[in-house]
Amino acid sequence: MEINSILIQLLNGIQYGLLLFLVAAGLTLVFGIMGVINLAHGSFYMIGAYLAWSLAELAGSFWVGIAIGIVLTIILGMVLEVVFFKHLYRRDHLYQVLMTYGLILIFEDLRSVLWGNDIHGVVIPELLNSSIQLTENLTYPMYRFFVSAVCIAIAIGLYLTIQRTRLGMIIRAGATNSEMTQVLGVNIKLIHAVVFSIGVSLAAIAGMVASPISSAYPNMGTQVLITCFVIVVIGGIGSVWGALAGALLIGLADTFGNVFAPEYSGLSVFILMSIILIWRPEGLFKRSYK
Amino acid sequence: MSEFLLEAQELNTRYGSSHILHGVNFKIRYGESLALMGRNGMGKTTLIRSMLGLVRPFSGQVRARGEDVTGAETYRISLMGIAYVPEGRGIFSSLSVKENLLMAARPGPTGKKDWTYDRVLDRFPRLAERLKNGGNQLSGGEQQMLTIGRALMTNPDLLILDEATEGLAPLVSREIWKIVREIRESGIATVVVDKNYAALTAISDRSVILVKGRVVFDGDSEALNGDSELIAKHLGV
Repeated sequence: MEINSILIQLLNGIQYGLLLFLVAAGLTLVFGIMGVINLAHGSFYMIGAYLAWSLAELAGSFWVGIAIGIVLTIILGMVLEVVFFKHLYRRDHLYQVLMTYGLILIFEDLRSVLWGNDIHGVVIPELLNSSIQLTENLTYPMYRFFVSAVCIAIAIGLYLTIQRTRLGMIIRAGATNSEMTQVLGVNIKLIHAVVFSIGVSLAAIAGMVASPISSAYPNMGTQVLITCFVIVVIGGIGSVWGALAGALLIGLADTFGNVFAPEYSGLSVFILMSIILIWRPEGLFKRSYK
Repeated sequence: MSEFLLEAQELNTRYGSSHILHGVNFKIRYGESLALMGRNGMGKTTLIRSMLGLVRPFSGQVRARGEDVTGAETYRISLMGIAYVPEGRGIFSSLSVKENLLMAARPGPTGKKDWTYDRVLDRFPRLAERLKNGGNQLSGGEQQMLTIGRALMTNPDLLILDEATEGLAPLVSREIWKIVREIRESGIATVVVDKNYAALTAISDRSVILVKGRVVFDGDSEALNGDSELIAKHLGV
C-alpha cells in the first residue's frame, strides 16, 4: 500500500476517533458521576444528525441549523434528566438498562414519525466544501479537517472545564462524595442535570457534524453506541481521558481494519478490545477524578 | 427572628426497624458553643444528620433560623449558614487541597465574607504548604484542618464538628481545640462531638448528653464538669 493512502487512512482514523470521543465522553461522564448505564446515548447522536438535516433545510443554513440544534439538545438533555434519568441514579443496573433500552425504541419511533424512514444526505456547507492540497498528489477534504478541529476544540474545552473551573471542581467533588458536596451547599441535583445535559449535547454535536459525511439514517445511533461502549471499557469506565485514548485507538483500528482486512471488517475493534482488556482489565486509565 | 439558629423538636428517627432518636429536643442559639456527648451508638451522629436533612426524621420538626426545614434538602440547610465536618472528614480525594477549599467558597447567608481563601491559609499554614497535594495525601491532623478550613470557607454561623479529634495525636488534638476555641470566640456557634469530655466541657457553654436516643442532660458545661458521678453514669466506659 502506498504511503499516500496510508496517510489518508490515518487522517480518517483520527477524525473518526475524535468524533467517537464526543459520544463516548458523555457516556463515560454520566456513568462515572451518576452511575447510570445509558443505552439511549447513541440515540442522541442520531437525533443530532436528523436535527442538522431538518434544521439546516428549515433555516436555509447549516450553521444556523447547528446553532439551533445545540440549544435544543441542551434543553432536551435537561428535560430527559428531570423526567427520566434522575430516577435511575440509585437504582440497580437492570432498571437502567430496561428504561434506557425503552427510550431507544421511543426515540426511533419518534424519529420515524417526525422525519420518516428515509436516508437523508446533508449538504456540506459551501465554506468547507473544498479540498486541501497536502502534497503534490494528495488532497484531503476540508470538511473532515473541520470535524477534527471541532472535536479537538471541544475536548480542550471539556478538559479546561473539568480541571480548571469551579464547576469542574464541584463536578469532581460530587463524583467522589456526593453527600459531602451537598453538605457544603451544592445543589447536586442541578449539577447532575448539567452533566447529563452536557453529555447529551456532546453526542448530538457529534451527530450534527458527522451528518454531511455519514448522512442521517434510521438506527444510526446503535452502531455508534456499541463502539462507544467498547471505547469506555478499554479507556477505563468513568475516565474522560481514557475515552479520548480509547476513541483514537478504536477509530484507527476500525479504519485500518477496513483497509487491510475488509473481509473481517468490524472484528478489528473487538480484537483490540480483547487484547487491551487481557493486558489491563480495568482499562487504560483509571477513573481520573475518583 | 427566632432566638435559635438550629433546633430539633420531638425528633424521632428510625433506620429501618431500629428506632434511634426518641423525641429529642435540641436547640442552639446564635454564637453559643455546645458539647454534644454520649457513648458510641447513642444517636449523636443521627441527631446531626437528621437536622441537616441527610436522614429524614420519622416525626418531629427541624427549624433553622426559625424556618421549618424538616426534610428539606441538605444543600438548602447548608446555605442557611450551617457547616458540618463529619466523622471521617469527607475530603475530596480527587481534588487538591486548594480545590477542596475553593469549591466551598461563598459568602455567609447574611453576606458576610469573614473567611476568605487567604485568611484560611493564614490560619492553617500547614495547608498553605500542601496546596497542590491530593486531599488523600495529608496526615490526619492536616485533613482535619482542611475540613475545618473548608467549612469556614462557607462563612457559616454554626459549625458542627463530629468526632473533632478522633484518631489524632495529643499534640495535634491540642491544636484542633485551639482552633475550635478561636472559631467560638469569632462569634460562630459550635456544636462539637468528642470523647475528650474534659476538653469539651472546657470550651463549651452548654452540654447535652444523649443516652439511647434520649436527652438525659441539658445544662451548663461547668456544672457538668463538676459532677463526676453524672459523667461516670452516662459517659463512663
